Amino acid sequence: MNPSSARRSRHGRFTANALGLLFSAVMAFPIYWMLLTAFRPAEEIHHSPPQFWPGHLTLEHFRRAVDTPTFWANVRASVLIGIGTVVVSLLIGTLAAFALARFSFAGRKAFVLVILGVQMIPLAGLIIPVYLLLSDAGLTDSLLGVVLTYLVFMLPFTVWLLRGFIVGIPVELEEAAMVDGCTRLGAFRRVVLPLLAPGLVATSIYALVQAWNEYVLAYVLLSSNDKQTLSIWLVSFQTSFGTDYGGLMAGATLTALPVAVFFAIVQRRVATGLATGAVKG
Amino acid sequence: METADPPRPPETPETPETPGTPGSPRVRRTPGAPRRPRTPGSRRQGAHAPGARRALRSARRLALPYVLIAPTVLALAAVLGYPLVDLLLLSFQDMTRRQLFSGTAPPWAGLDHYRTILSDGFFWTVVGRTALFTVVCVGATMLLAMVVALLMRRVAPWVRMTMVGVLVAVWAMPIMVAASIFRWLSDADYGVVNWLLGLVPGLDFSKHNWFDNPWQGFAVIAGVVVWGAVPFAAITLQAALGQVPAELEEAAMVDGARGLQLFRHVTFPVIKPAVVLVTSLSAIWDFGVFNQIWLMRGGQPEKDYYLLGVYSFIESFAVNRYSVGAAIAVITVLMLLGGAVVYVRQIIRLGGAE
Repeated sequence: MNPSSARRSRHGRFTANALGLLFSAVMAFPIYWMLLTAFRPAEEIHHSPPQFWPGHLTLEHFRRAVDTPTFWANVRASVLIGIGTVVVSLLIGTLAAFALARFSFAGRKAFVLVILGVQMIPLAGLIIPVYLLLSDAGLTDSLLGVVLTYLVFMLPFTVWLLRGFIVGIPVELEEAAMVDGCTRLGAFRRVVLPLLAPGLVATSIYALVQAWNEYVLAYVLLSSNDKQTLSIWLVSFQTSFGTDYGGLMAGATLTALPVAVFFAIVQRRVATGLATGAVKG
Repeated sequence: METADPPRPPETPETPETPGTPGSPRVRRTPGAPRRPRTPGSRRQGAHAPGARRALRSARRLALPYVLIAPTVLALAAVLGYPLVDLLLLSFQDMTRRQLFSGTAPPWAGLDHYRTILSDGFFWTVVGRTALFTVVCVGATMLLAMVVALLMRRVAPWVRMTMVGVLVAVWAMPIMVAASIFRWLSDADYGVVNWLLGLVPGLDFSKHNWFDNPWQGFAVIAGVVVWGAVPFAAITLQAALGQVPAELEEAAMVDGARGLQLFRHVTFPVIKPAVVLVTSLSAIWDFGVFNQIWLMRGGQPEKDYYLLGVYSFIESFAVNRYSVGAAIAVITVLMLLGGAVVYVRQIIRLGGAE
């Protein structure tokens, strides 16, 4: 490499780094601003021009957010719905994913088409009939009804993602176990399941996050205040407090916190899972 | 082709090569020894009716995949298939609050709702608005994500780590949280955006309300949507770029290809499937956007802020014209089908053996 092109490439590296950092700063700013607003006293929030560095820190907004009458009930509802959705969709989804990854059977292609196609149906479009169905079944304003609905909307993705992970486990391992005297179920339990663990974790976190974030269906299906989820709490919090942005940002921080923690734990796996399972087929 | 996937090496780097738990069976085969398939548990088969047994077993083998997918199929049919059919039926009936609470069968309306909707100028305004919104959001998302993904290949490792960290953090933000933050950023009195724009000489943005003018309001909404969509797109595209063979690009560079030319003729064809996939997915998501608008307009969007999703919801649950809402939803799903076909075809093509 001659000196001038080396200089040019060093120069290019510098520009690229600068651009990358600028992009990161711009993308991260809304989150930074949320945290800053949540932790600073009201005088500093309503300061013009805005102050971009932390001054005094306070927990008063968090105290106010947590003290809203339904906060803990809403946390409980969100957690129950999340866990219920994840457990059931993993139980059912793993079976179907195993069938897709390991067997060829008539109708497999149709099943794949349904699994993929269903993901395209906008949730908002089905609210009305789902609401009518659940009200016929007496499951409106019940967490079970919400779990059932979320389950169906998560299942296709769960199946597809897990299928990708199972395909990645060499089938010879299972065959060897069966040669050594395991039943099919035993081979699945002793060979596939341990290897599938990262996939299960990634998938469950993904489903949990989806359930945690969903708003419309929960809003329509759950009418009593103490059964509503945190997403609904956040919205009602916003309207009932007007422009109390300190409280709102504290509420937003609390809502985002569990999701952010989980995401940080599994982000690599979700990303590779999406890349290998969903994207690469 | 109806074949199961051939065994492949583990695709995920995290997957260990051998079973991780102690006591899990391993391959123990002496070289040269014939591999003799044994029945599970190597129980001796009854000599009297081996044929019947075998037939039974093969029937069980055949049935197994169907047993495995049965719960999924049942759940999908009950909570998704049935409502879909119901949605279609509903759009041909005239369901109002009265029928909902009395439980009487709603009167048949035939194609009336469709006729009313399709001849309504406002509906087409909403369709046009939704289409424009989708095109702008998807275009901005893809352009930004592509630039970021390309940038990530050139920066120093620590900068790349920073970028990935920020992308994941943004990805993790719940939609409602993101919408709340952007509402605060664009606040009329103390919003940072107004202050920043006020720094530009000649512009006065103090006390400027972004939602008075729907165009500006949608600019803020598009901001949230794009901000939330870029991480998924950028990370997926970056993963796809990682699959572009370095030799390919080097060879093209030796041949004198540079910059845009290199990207267009060498890099892009390799990552095209991922691009198509992410584009169609984003288009489908943005077309059905609901939450961001709902929250930013405080649960009562003005007519100027209707997109198809919001319109259908309001017709159903605010005006209680469930059937009209259903008809709008059916039309929306039909319009989405175009994007869905592209997406599914791409996935199937990538899957190869599917």
